[in-house]
Amino acid sequence: MGEKVLMKGNEAIAEAAIKAGCRHYFGYPITPQTEVAAYMSKRMPKIGGVFLQAESEIAAINMVIGVAATGKRVMTSSSSPGISLKQEGISYLAGCDLPALVVNVERGGPGLGGIQPSQSDYWQATKAGGHGDYHNIVLAPASVQEMAALTIKGFELADKYGMVAMILADGTMGQMMEPVEIDDIEIKTVDKPWALTGTGMKREHNIVNSLYLKPDLLEIKNFERYEKYAVVERDEAMYEEYLMDDAEICIVAFGITSRVAKNAINEARAKGIKVGMIRPITLWPFPKKAFEARVDQCKAFISVEMNMGQMIDDVKLATSCKKPVYLCNRVGGMIPSPEEVLAKILEVGGAK
Amino acid sequence: MDVVFKKPHALTDAPLHYCPGCTHGIIHRLVAEVIDELGIEGDTIGVASVGCSVMAYDYFNVDFVQAAHGRAPAVATGVKRSDPSKIVFTYQGDGDLAAIGTAETVQSAARRENITIIFVNNAIYGMTGGQMAPTTLPGMVTQTSPYGRNVEAVGYPIKVCELLSNVDGAAYLERVAVNNVANVRKAKAAIKKAFQNQIDGKGFSLVEVVSTCPTNWGLTPAKALEFVETDMIPYYPLGVYKDIYAEEGDK
Repeated sequence: MGEKVLMKGNEAIAEAAIKAGCRHYFGYPITPQTEVAAYMSKRMPKIGGVFLQAESEIAAINMVIGVAATGKRVMTSSSSPGISLKQEGISYLAGCDLPALVVNVERGGPGLGGIQPSQSDYWQATKAGGHGDYHNIVLAPASVQEMAALTIKGFELADKYGMVAMILADGTMGQMMEPVEIDDIEIKTVDKPWALTGTGMKREHNIVNSLYLKPDLLEIKNFERYEKYAVVERDEAMYEEYLMDDAEICIVAFGITSRVAKNAINEARAKGIKVGMIRPITLWPFPKKAFEARVDQCKAFISVEMNMGQMIDDVKLATSCKKPVYLCNRVGGMIPSPEEVLAKILEVGGAK
Repeated sequence: MDVVFKKPHALTDAPLHYCPGCTHGIIHRLVAEVIDELGIEGDTIGVASVGCSVMAYDYFNVDFVQAAHGRAPAVATGVKRSDPSKIVFTYQGDGDLAAIGTAETVQSAARRENITIIFVNNAIYGMTGGQMAPTTLPGMVTQTSPYGRNVEAVGYPIKVCELLSNVDGAAYLERVAVNNVANVRKAKAAIKKAFQNQIDGKGFSLVEVVSTCPTNWGLTPAKALEFVETDMIPYYPLGVYKDIYAEEGDK
């Protein structure tokens, strides 16, 4: 057993990445994720790793591509406007089926927006933020401990499926401090026969590429990729339920809003309202089965989000619109209060 | 019977897709000959760019990654930092390296990234059908400068070797041409030096090769070679623009 230490969420991501065997980090300064880079700049030189501050987010993600092509674990981190710049590279990673970890510690947008916490990049993260048909595996931590755990999980899933794993955290998760325990882990290595390691004059040359000028070949490539995605959807969806056994109202929330919602749920329960929560941990694949299992027992769903209502679409799809889905939201860097969520619960469930 | 001339081992058997008279074929061969002669084929990793040479990964018998437009030096940085024992080179055109990828070019030079860049300057965007490039000569007619490049309106060509010669990190910069036998021989020597520098850990080495695009210049292959002599080289003078180790030796 390791020891519990007090860490910021951003630092927990960095330390967990090192524990996961990541020895290459490329980034560019942007608030509120800067602690990831700062931590890496201190640690990497001491463990024979590479920390490189790139000239731009674009360069950083392309350096990630270079390392990923050689078969090694690699990551970058940024915040919303910087993640927009990385989308071209993320599309190339998807087109080359390369594994990498990308961390987005979200802030309010659009444009330069603000620097306070937000969840307004949900669509960008889950619906192919760059060009082309593709998905990222999107992980949404709700504690500093989970920031660490999902970072390790992210590297493993990325390697397993040859995909980008994205940690979608809001600024609160990045900045808040909590006790965390990050143990040494056994690194699960994956055979990567496609990796660029030099032929050594012993094999045919390997090519990492996303260009297919023949449309029939590009179509086959896309079909194959989506067969892989179907396996990810079947096997890798993660979620947590809170007081759902008898729930008639189901809150849906991830990240910091799920913690706010828990307080609201407890207060509503004290008033006799049967309310629970499904907390998606993977935003893609979205945990559809959790909703299929609960849709009939619930009268209504409330999606609590720090955006103008993005995940709510997935909730409607996962429930096949069988029950009403309400939105409880704050935007622009504002975090909903437990009172606001409670008011929504009372509004939806109180009128019996 | 002695073999006196053969295809370099570092070239595959894939037929090149380049237009008749295009000098990409010569430059590919020179790079492959250098890889053969230095005995580095098994340790070399190439980075292809976007442009006419995008499919370089099919032509060189070495591991290859295909980069987004302009990003080859960043991708090469990642490959090299992953395993510094590998020999990493990019092969980029003028639009890729001197327009959309200007930042990656300058910054990888500033970092003295220990990579080799083969920069093919034919003053035009070839693959997309002949648009004005950052290196298109003043007055030159292209699809997007149909009245000739008007420097008052669209600015002046970028001279990459001259620009990078002011970047402290750049170790070796030379501009060569492949329009005649003598120049081809000099080009090969420069390319070899740029690879040898990387083997010796000397850092960022770039060879700019003044090249042709008969198709989009609207010239026959022979006339295109003449245009290199009469128009391109006067604007883009050949020679060594920087060699920090030679300078140290001279002191």
